[in-house]
Amino acid sequence: MSLSTHQTLVDVVYHEARCIDEQRWDEWLALYTDDAHYWMPLTHGQTDPLLQGSLMYEDKMLLGIRVERLKGRRTFSQEPISRCHHLLQAPSVEMLDAGLGQARLRTAFHYVETRGDEQQLYAGWASHDLRLQGADWRIVLKRVDLVNCDAAFGNIQLFM
Amino acid sequence: MAMPNPSSPADTRRWMRGCEVHRDAFIDPDVFALEMQTVFSHTWVFVGHGSQIPQPGDYVTTTVGDQPVVMVRQWNGGISVLHNRCAHKGVKVAGREQGNTGKFFRCPYHAWTYQLDGAVLAIPLKSGYAHSGLEGTEAALGMAAVGAVQVYRDFVFCRLSQQGESFADFFGDSLSTIDNMVDRSPEGKLEVAGGVLRYMHRCNWKMLVDNQTDTCHPMVAHESSAGTAVKVWKAAPEGTPKPMAVELFAPFVSPYEFFEGMGIRSWPNGHGHTGTADSIHAAYSPVPGYWDQMKAAYGEQRAQQILGEVRHNTIYFPNIMVKGPIQTLRIFKPLAADRTLVESWTFRLVGAPDLLLERTLMYNRLINAPTSVVGHDDLEVYERSQQALHSRGRDWVNVGRLYDPAETLTPTQVVNGTSELQMRNQYRAWAKYLAMGPEVRL
Repeated sequence: MSLSTHQTLVDVVYHEARCIDEQRWDEWLALYTDDAHYWMPLTHGQTDPLLQGSLMYEDKMLLGIRVERLKGRRTFSQEPISRCHHLLQAPSVEMLDAGLGQARLRTAFHYVETRGDEQQLYAGWASHDLRLQGADWRIVLKRVDLVNCDAAFGNIQLFM
Repeated sequence: MAMPNPSSPADTRRWMRGCEVHRDAFIDPDVFALEMQTVFSHTWVFVGHGSQIPQPGDYVTTTVGDQPVVMVRQWNGGISVLHNRCAHKGVKVAGREQGNTGKFFRCPYHAWTYQLDGAVLAIPLKSGYAHSGLEGTEAALGMAAVGAVQVYRDFVFCRLSQQGESFADFFGDSLSTIDNMVDRSPEGKLEVAGGVLRYMHRCNWKMLVDNQTDTCHPMVAHESSAGTAVKVWKAAPEGTPKPMAVELFAPFVSPYEFFEGMGIRSWPNGHGHTGTADSIHAAYSPVPGYWDQMKAAYGEQRAQQILGEVRHNTIYFPNIMVKGPIQTLRIFKPLAADRTLVESWTFRLVGAPDLLLERTLMYNRLINAPTSVVGHDDLEVYERSQQALHSRGRDWVNVGRLYDPAETLTPTQVVNGTSELQMRNQYRAWAKYLAMGPEVRL
């Protein structure tokens, strides 16, 4: 793969995290294809999002509902609002098929979500399945595997 | 031999008067400690499901109130519930959430071993106890069994106290909700499936129990989630098929009139349910093939009767809620006065199409996960209550919607779906068991 393609793919992952951290929600959603899914499995090594439980398995409409909700005047769980911070390890390109316009990247991360005086730290691995749409790489599937995906959590209100 | 404490110290009027509950019920650690020894000891508490432990030696570890227990399949096919505590030094014997212990339990500390029913099997270097009077000590009794266990259609309940109400007396007609959920399988059989969502709540467990039959909050608290879902859906291009997620979300923001007509039924001992006539689960799209399976299994009339029962939330006092039409069960595990672990379970209807499990799992994800927007709405108000109940500006919480002082004379009744009757029923049961005081072990 050319260095420039590699950098382009990696930049999608960095850019996505930055959109979330800066709460540029519409820009963030636009990074996803119309048939995209955002998946947070409930168990290690999970392969089935439909007949096994997950923390999240959402299509673009559901993600859009979340974004609208975050902006809502009667979203009391966002008074005060949550903020978040991604610390990403350099993404690795696990697969690239330039002909088909498909790629997969894997990124280890630490993610902090705060609200008021509380701060929670989560750690895990994100995998991004990307598809070339026109001139741009878009996210078809983002999978977030938490190192403690089976733990009892309090509210997780933003996106990892 | 154990008896209820005759010199019970509990004066329940301190905590409940008419349709009001004192704030100490939610914030006082002493009340919580008493609840563990009374409410969670004298009642029949849900432990687990038979499908989790099909083979002898299969076990599940959990808690009943604040007590660590292990539920284990016996050689004869029965199910025992033991206090998960080594008779020797008190180590938790079964360590995993779920597993198979083989022919016996073995403590990881000194290798004391126990039969599956808790009796001592072997003690290493036992000669050292030869003239020690071991047989007269508690250790010789092995792992303690709970007071009583009852398996009802694979649902396992236990009573920690040695003496007390029978299972049938405690639950009475409320078992009809479990019946209905099981009957929804063409084979009359459920399996725990899909994994358990675990959600930590920094609030008192009773707030969650209270919320289950609260039909005046969805259109307010969930305007942000379900209301937004409906709004986004309305903006979709005409002709777009209604997504399953919208079908699950939308009924939450039905108008008050809908919930009024839904109806509430209360039973003795704190049990009860919303959705006697209608419910937010009543209008889901049919699942292809399912009706034919049900008709073949039960006949048309009986199948109609089973699927026509659309109960919303059934509270089995003290701390579970069951949804028959969507095959979920939630446990509100009390950890401290201000801390509750909520587990949301899902079931497969054995022999029914996978799409039903898929819908159940989507419902659980959208409504009950720590990542769920509906969950965020609810937890926000619980945690605000937990904080603000420390206010000395007011002492009492009100559960007085459609209150009638004479309502206590009718143990089972059906009322307007926005009544807080079932909440009062729960708090009255709570006060009753609290007043019994801890069991005295003689």
